Amino acid sequence: MGLMDKHAIIEKNATLLLVGSLLVVTVGGIVEIAPLFYLDNTIEKVEGMRPYSPLELAGRNIYVREGCYLCHSQMIRPFRDEVERYGHYSLAAESMYDHPFQWGSKRTGPDLARVGDRYSNGWHVQHLAEPRSVVPESIMPSYAFLKDTPIEVKDFSTHLVANGRVGVPYTDDMIANANADLMIQADPNADTSGLEGRYPRAKVGDFDGNPQQVTEMDALVAYLQMLGTLVDFKTYDEAAGYR
Amino acid sequence: MKIGIEIVALGLFAFMALVAAGFGVDEPFRQHMWVLFFVLLGFIAILLRNTSFAPAAPVDPSAYMDGPIRYGAIATMFWGVVGMLVGVVIALQLANPDLNVEPWFNFGRLRPLHTSGVVFAFGGNALLCTSLYVVQRTCRARLFGGDLAWFVFWGYQLFIVMAATGYLLGITESREYAEPEWYVDLWLTIVWVAYLLLFLGTILKRKEPHIYVANWFYLSFIVTIAMLHVINNLSMPASFLGSKSYSAFSGVQDALTQWWYGHNAVGFFLTAGFLGMMYYFVPKQANRPVYSYRLSIIHFWALIFLYIWAGPHHLHYTALPDWAQTLGMAFSIMLWMPSWGGMINGLMTLSGAWDKLRTDPIIRMMVMAVAFYGMSTFEGPMMSIKTINSLSHYTDWTIGHVHSGALGWVGMISFGAIYYMVPKLWNRERLYSLRLVTWHFWLATLGIVVYAAVMWVSGIMQGLMWREYDEQGFLVYSFAETVAAMHPYYIMRAIGGAMYLSGALIMAWNIAMTILGHQREEEPMPGSIPALRPARSGAR
Repeated sequence: MGLMDKHAIIEKNATLLLVGSLLVVTVGGIVEIAPLFYLDNTIEKVEGMRPYSPLELAGRNIYVREGCYLCHSQMIRPFRDEVERYGHYSLAAESMYDHPFQWGSKRTGPDLARVGDRYSNGWHVQHLAEPRSVVPESIMPSYAFLKDTPIEVKDFSTHLVANGRVGVPYTDDMIANANADLMIQADPNADTSGLEGRYPRAKVGDFDGNPQQVTEMDALVAYLQMLGTLVDFKTYDEAAGYR
Repeated sequence: MKIGIEIVALGLFAFMALVAAGFGVDEPFRQHMWVLFFVLLGFIAILLRNTSFAPAAPVDPSAYMDGPIRYGAIATMFWGVVGMLVGVVIALQLANPDLNVEPWFNFGRLRPLHTSGVVFAFGGNALLCTSLYVVQRTCRARLFGGDLAWFVFWGYQLFIVMAATGYLLGITESREYAEPEWYVDLWLTIVWVAYLLLFLGTILKRKEPHIYVANWFYLSFIVTIAMLHVINNLSMPASFLGSKSYSAFSGVQDALTQWWYGHNAVGFFLTAGFLGMMYYFVPKQANRPVYSYRLSIIHFWALIFLYIWAGPHHLHYTALPDWAQTLGMAFSIMLWMPSWGGMINGLMTLSGAWDKLRTDPIIRMMVMAVAFYGMSTFEGPMMSIKTINSLSHYTDWTIGHVHSGALGWVGMISFGAIYYMVPKLWNRERLYSLRLVTWHFWLATLGIVVYAAVMWVSGIMQGLMWREYDEQGFLVYSFAETVAAMHPYYIMRAIGGAMYLSGALIMAWNIAMTILGHQREEEPMPGSIPALRPARSGAR
């Protein structure tokens, strides 16, 4: 068999073998991934998506840090049972500012893509501190320490700048106010009009039941309470989004 | 040994770690830099003890360099036991959540420790030491680059320690199997490029005209992992003195990049590399040539070409465009064939030596590994079919599938290779005990069977409960009820895992005793010595 004999050429030349295998393994990625960056129909056009507020972003970082994604997905598939259980199926646009994505791969606990506004702040705090006191069947670990950990802000604007560098449209105004916005979103007595102008539909107020201090619990609950709330599905036109 | 420059360089790095520990912008980063500082001090202490001012002894250029391989075999055993132990711990945490100890030992921080511990620490060290063992012997050449192999070995251990301690401190990028943050990723990139140079350099100075098939697989594994690692970990740090970075990609693109990486961490780290292991150690242990040279050519190129396309099957029915999902599914199904090409080539290598299955527990272990490889590379394509995936995705079925591949294929073939190498590396006549290998074999095999069977039942049950409707059209089960239903299975799974771990502990004992030069007095394996029967006169 002629072709097989020719293979001996590659077997005797390490450089050919290296370059050959590298070329062979690049094809799949180029064909599958590269088009996602330029095909317009990858991400629907929707109203309402905006970058995370500083407090939400800090909460999201805690969500990542604690590995919540290992047991909770944020990706509702278009099946009857999932839509009834969790809400409208997830749109690509809803994670367009997610660096990194948090779709998850396992549901040891329920999907959280639309958990925002489903429970009170108090429920979340109680559930995170003592999961089995509100859901007896739960096997979630306790996160009570978040209540006692004040949020560490050296200079949170660097986080917005880093996100800006990878494509999240944070404005100069947002970056300049990042540290102040982080604190006042969880302060029930602060003037939040500027914050709400920069981040429409942001939830404000004391999240963790302790108005004296902005804790990691404030940040995490602020993040959970906004999940899935930005797109208004009463006005979302599926046909317009489908291109 | 003169290692003055190394000591000075390490001292410099330790000083930099100390500075970073002082000026870091976030608490986990400062803690992590303290860890790095003390680890580097430890390295310096070891080097100082080994340094000498005598002129270095001349190196015999024709002798194989086996020092890093001996260390690698020990590191493989050590990290294997650690990674599997953490696995049993997190299995127990799912059965009993009170075993979580916040914040450092919660499930969410321990799971990456388990996955990285077994994949990169155990599997990675197994690949590292076997690849360096195989490449020297099949090229008849000493490792390239002098002490480069030592740098690769210790650099890789430093990566493992930094990754593992980072997870416990909450430093993670949340990319599954690529969790370490940007600075640990950069370090791994340096080590990995050094590994590629070491391996390729050794092939280039070979005395054999042909590059042996095992080295094709090792080489493609090393180069592909380099590509995957660099692209998947592209990210923007918030501060160069902080642990947090933000992925270069977002949402859909980020998801597919991650699973392009994630699936090929399986395809190249856990498959191609270990096929390289199979292609050397199975023929050696069976004392038979590889079954088919042609098959190895075809399945090598087909495997590395097709694997890269399979990533989207981790994202079925998500917001990833349909065309990409369908393409991923089609290629995943095609992947079944080259995978079985490898299995057939491995199994049929035993043609004419099948009797060894009765007498040689190491061959038995390798054959079981190849059998599990065949099983899980059938199950994988099946689960990538969208209709099946709609049930299996997000459930324990996936966890079961991963473990039949990881415990069955990766674990067993590594055990076989270590059992083969250790007596040769330390010039021992034989292993401490073959009977203990038999014990290990049965504990591991039964452990996997328990684990996989339990996860099939719980995963399929979970998927069916989520979608169960009553006759009025209401969902039957709340989510919490489906969690409660998993409880007995989580206990049984932990038992299966504990059986596998206890097998590994027996192996660690056996290997340690072999290295120390002991031989257990025991009955030979039945059938290994033909029973002598007195000749009878007048027999027909």
